[in-house]
Amino acid sequence: MSATDTDVTDPAGPVGPRPTVTKTEALVQGAASAPGGKQQRVRPAVRRDAATPSKLTSRIILGVVALVFAVPILSMVEFTLRAGIDGGHDLGHWAAIFDPENSRKYRVLFQGIGNFVILAAVTVVIVVVLLLPTMILVKLRFPKLQRVLEFVCIIPITVPAIVLVVGLAPVYSVVARVLGSSPWTLAFAYGITVLPYAYRAIASNLQAVDVGTLAEAARTLGAGWGTVLIRVLLPNLRRGVLSASVISVAVVLGEYTIASLLGRNTLQTSLVQVSKSDPFVAVIFALLALAFAFVLLFIIGCVGSGRRIRETP
Amino acid sequence: MTIIDQQGAASPSDAARAGAEVQFRSVVKDYGSGARALDGVSLTLAAGEFVALLGPSGCGKTTALRSLAGLEDITSGSVLIDGVDVVRVPTNKRDLGMVFQSYSLFPHLTVLENVEFGLRMRKVRPAERRTRAEESLELVGLGHLGARYAHQLSGGQQQRVALARALVTRPRVLLLDEPLSALDAKVRVQLRDEIRRIQSELRITTLFVTHDQEEALAVADRVAVMRAGVIEQIGTPEELYSRPTSSFVAEFIGLSNRIAGELVAGGVDVLGQRLPVLGQHADRGAVTALVRPEDIVFVDTPQGGADAVVVTSSFLGPVRRTTIELRDGTLVAVQHGATERMDAGDVVRIRFAGRPVPVQPMAEH
Repeated sequence: MSATDTDVTDPAGPVGPRPTVTKTEALVQGAASAPGGKQQRVRPAVRRDAATPSKLTSRIILGVVALVFAVPILSMVEFTLRAGIDGGHDLGHWAAIFDPENSRKYRVLFQGIGNFVILAAVTVVIVVVLLLPTMILVKLRFPKLQRVLEFVCIIPITVPAIVLVVGLAPVYSVVARVLGSSPWTLAFAYGITVLPYAYRAIASNLQAVDVGTLAEAARTLGAGWGTVLIRVLLPNLRRGVLSASVISVAVVLGEYTIASLLGRNTLQTSLVQVSKSDPFVAVIFALLALAFAFVLLFIIGCVGSGRRIRETP
Repeated sequence: MTIIDQQGAASPSDAARAGAEVQFRSVVKDYGSGARALDGVSLTLAAGEFVALLGPSGCGKTTALRSLAGLEDITSGSVLIDGVDVVRVPTNKRDLGMVFQSYSLFPHLTVLENVEFGLRMRKVRPAERRTRAEESLELVGLGHLGARYAHQLSGGQQQRVALARALVTRPRVLLLDEPLSALDAKVRVQLRDEIRRIQSELRITTLFVTHDQEEALAVADRVAVMRAGVIEQIGTPEELYSRPTSSFVAEFIGLSNRIAGELVAGGVDVLGQRLPVLGQHADRGAVTALVRPEDIVFVDTPQGGADAVVVTSSFLGPVRRTTIELRDGTLVAVQHGATERMDAGDVVRIRFAGRPVPVQPMAEH
C-alpha cells in the first residue's frame, strides 16, 4: 500500500447515490418551469419500453388466443350436449356415464383413469426420489457435472416418442418378465419423458436458493445429510418440487404414443378405444382431462408467483 | 453470564466447555487445479482465545476456517480440537458454531425456530430448547423478534440471529467467516463490538476470518496475517502494528510510507536522519524504509529534517492526514493533530519521531 492508498473513512459519511432524474420526470420538471411561469398541465406519463405492446394490441392478442382456445372447447361442449339428429340439446350423454347399466361399457375408461392416477403418482415419486436428490447432490458436491446432468435431462425432449418406443420395447420385454406388464411400469418411461420439464422447474428454484450455504449452516449445527435434505432444503425447494410434480402429472396426462405402442391401457388409450363406440363419452372425458390440465396449470401459476404460505405481521 | 445456564450462571460443565484448544499442524490444502490454498499452516488457538485470520482475498484464510469446520478436506496435516484429530470427523459431529458471510438463516423457519435448530439436532427437550433459544436471542438483543422470518429482518439483525443460533448449542469453537462484510459501516462496528463482548463473556475459542484489518485489530486477542497460503506473522494487534516482521505485514496492517534510505551499521539513514531498524539485516546498502504516517512530525526549525510541499490535507475527525511531496517526488502521508491545518502548496519541514522501522531491499515490491 503506498502513501496515497489511504483507506480512511470519509468524515462526511457515506454519500448516497445522486438521485437520478428519469426522462419523464425531466419532462415534468421542464414543463412546470416553463417560460413565463405558466404552469402547464402534464399528463402522468407511463414509461413503456418500445417492445411493450399497447393496451389495445394486448387485448387483441389475448382475444385471438382466447378464441383459438375457446372455439374447439365450446364446440366439444356443444357436441357432448347434442340430444340427437333433430338439433336438440340435453345432458343425456353426461348422465349416461353414471348410469349403472353402462358400467360394463365404460369399464375400460374407468380402468384407464385408475391407471393414470397410479402412473402420475409413480412418475412424481421418481422425480422427487431420484431427480431431486441427484440435482442437489450435483449442485453441492459435483458442480462440474451440472452441464452434463442438464444435457442428459434435456435429451428426451429431442427424441420423438416413436423413436423412444423403439428403444424402450426391448427394455420393456425385460421389465415385463421381472415386474409384470401392469400399466404402472410405464412410469419408468414417463420418468424419462418428464425429465426436461421437471429438471427446469427444480433447476430454477435451485438457482434462487443458496442451498450450499443452507446445507453448510445446517451441517455445522449438527444435522446429518438426511436432515439437511428433508428439513432444510426440501421446504425451501417446495415451489420447484411442486411445479415439477404438477408438470409431470400434466405430461403423463398428455402421453399416448408410448402407452399405445407398448400396449398398455391408460386414460388416453382407453379414450381412443371408447371413442370408436361412443364418441360423446370420449369427448366428455377429453373435456374433463382438459379441465384437469387447466387446474394443474393454475396451480403451477400460483406456486410460481411466489406467494408465501406463512406470513407473519 | 452465559446463555447456556438457565439460572443465569455458568455451570461447571459449561465452564469446562467454555473453550477448546485448537491446533492446525502443517495443514496443506491443494485443489484439483493444482492451486495450493494452504501451504503448511500451523497455528494454535488457546482455549477461550479470539484469533483473527487476516489477509487479502485468496490468501487461504477462509479455506483454513472451513478446514477446521470440516467443510473442506485437507490434503495433509492435521486439525486438532482439544488434542483430538478431527480431520476424519464429519462437520455435524465436530460440535462447532459457525456464522457465514452470506445470510444463512433458514427462510422457512421463524427466528426462534432457527435458533432452536441446533438444539433440535441434539434432541434437547422442547421446553429447554425454547428457554435456551430465547436466552440466546436475548443475548444478541433480539428477544422480541422470535416470531419473525429472516426476510422480515435487516442484514444486521439476521447476522445477530445467526450468531445466537451458533452460540445456543454451546459449541467448543466459534467460527466467524467474514460475518460483517455484507453489512453497512455503522452496523458493522456495532456488531463487531457485540461479538467481542459476547466472546469475552462466554470465553469461547473463536476463529474470525476477515480481510478488514481494522476489524481484526479491534476484536482479536491475536491476529494471524496470511499471504499465499502461509501465515506471515501472528501476534497481538500491537505487535503486528508496531513490530511487523515483513514488509508485507507492515504494508497490510495500517498505512506505511515507502521512503528510500541507506542501511548502515547503526540503523537506516532516511532523509538525513538515522532510525533504528526492526529485525536483523546483514546486507548494507540502499533499502526502502516503511514509516507510519504518525511517526512523521512537522517541525519549524531550519536544522535537520527535509523540505516538502503539501499536496492534499484531509480532515478525519480527531486527526488530519496530509499528503506531502518530497524533493525527489516521493509522496508521503503524515498524520497529525486536527487543529494543525495545511493547505495545498504550503512548504513544510518534516522529521521522524525516531521509532524503529522495518526495511526491505530496494528491489522488493
